[in-house]
Amino acid sequence: MFNSISHSGIFVLDQDEAVDFYAGKMGLEVSADVDLGFMRWLTVCVPGNEDHHVVLQKPGPPIMSDEVAAQIRDLVTRGAMGLAFILSTDDCRRTYEELKAKGVEFLDEPTEQPYGIDCGFRDPFGNQGRISQPAAELGEITDEVKARWAEERPDAAG
Amino acid sequence: MVTAAIPLASNELRNRWMLRARDAIDRDYAQPLDIPALARIALVSEGHFIRTFRTTFGETPHRYLQRRRVERAMALLRNTDRSVTDICLAVGFASLGTFSRTFRDIVGQPPSAFRQLAPPPDPVPGCFAMAWSRPSSFGEAAVRRSA
Repeated sequence: MFNSISHSGIFVLDQDEAVDFYAGKMGLEVSADVDLGFMRWLTVCVPGNEDHHVVLQKPGPPIMSDEVAAQIRDLVTRGAMGLAFILSTDDCRRTYEELKAKGVEFLDEPTEQPYGIDCGFRDPFGNQGRISQPAAELGEITDEVKARWAEERPDAAG
Repeated sequence: MVTAAIPLASNELRNRWMLRARDAIDRDYAQPLDIPALARIALVSEGHFIRTFRTTFGETPHRYLQRRRVERAMALLRNTDRSVTDICLAVGFASLGTFSRTFRDIVGQPPSAFRQLAPPPDPVPGCFAMAWSRPSSFGEAAVRRSA
């Protein structure tokens, strides 16, 4: 039915500042920045990976009243908007150190988890994202593994 | 950091500074964090910090810190075979008495009993495990005790 999730969106409170942060500090790429008149269509993606774009939307009229926009701004700055997205990396600890040196705020340091190593960051507005280094693939049953199993448990071979 | 470039209303700036202090609790829970240190992060006086944190997040910073530490202790009790005393110190409590009392108060059972009954964790990202497995302030302990 579907092919992929090509875009998802988060609320940012200032689009220029969002570009400075997500492109300037985090190293993402602005994949679209179009003035449609009624809105500025602004997206970022991982450089070289066009599979997923994140739309950086500013809450406000005409898509919502000033009153509703104020409620969203309140929630964003309280950190109540939930996960923005997870970025995957080959080296979480190094990425953490590099971004921390650039002044990116972190919720936690890189931590070993059953699924890999990950840490969380906060954007300037209050959105949270995570950086994850997936664990080396588990469960790949190579001939070598089968041979080892056979040695350890002869009854499980074959 | 919040920079002057972002046009935020005063309540939004206040939220953001409070969130910065709350992130410090999540990040540095194992350190000897105290209210004066957190208030400095939020750029306000101690009394003002406690009141404003409570208004912003619905509980005092002290309680939030306790829940963060107890949530970490729950994970270590489930996933490791480290001793209760070791875990108590690892998550930032200074005394076993305070740890056991706080743990029982929040979780509804003492650490050793929790360890025996705890199911294995699910493989979800740390932020979700942290946020959703954190024991709530809102009465589950009492419910669990009576169950």
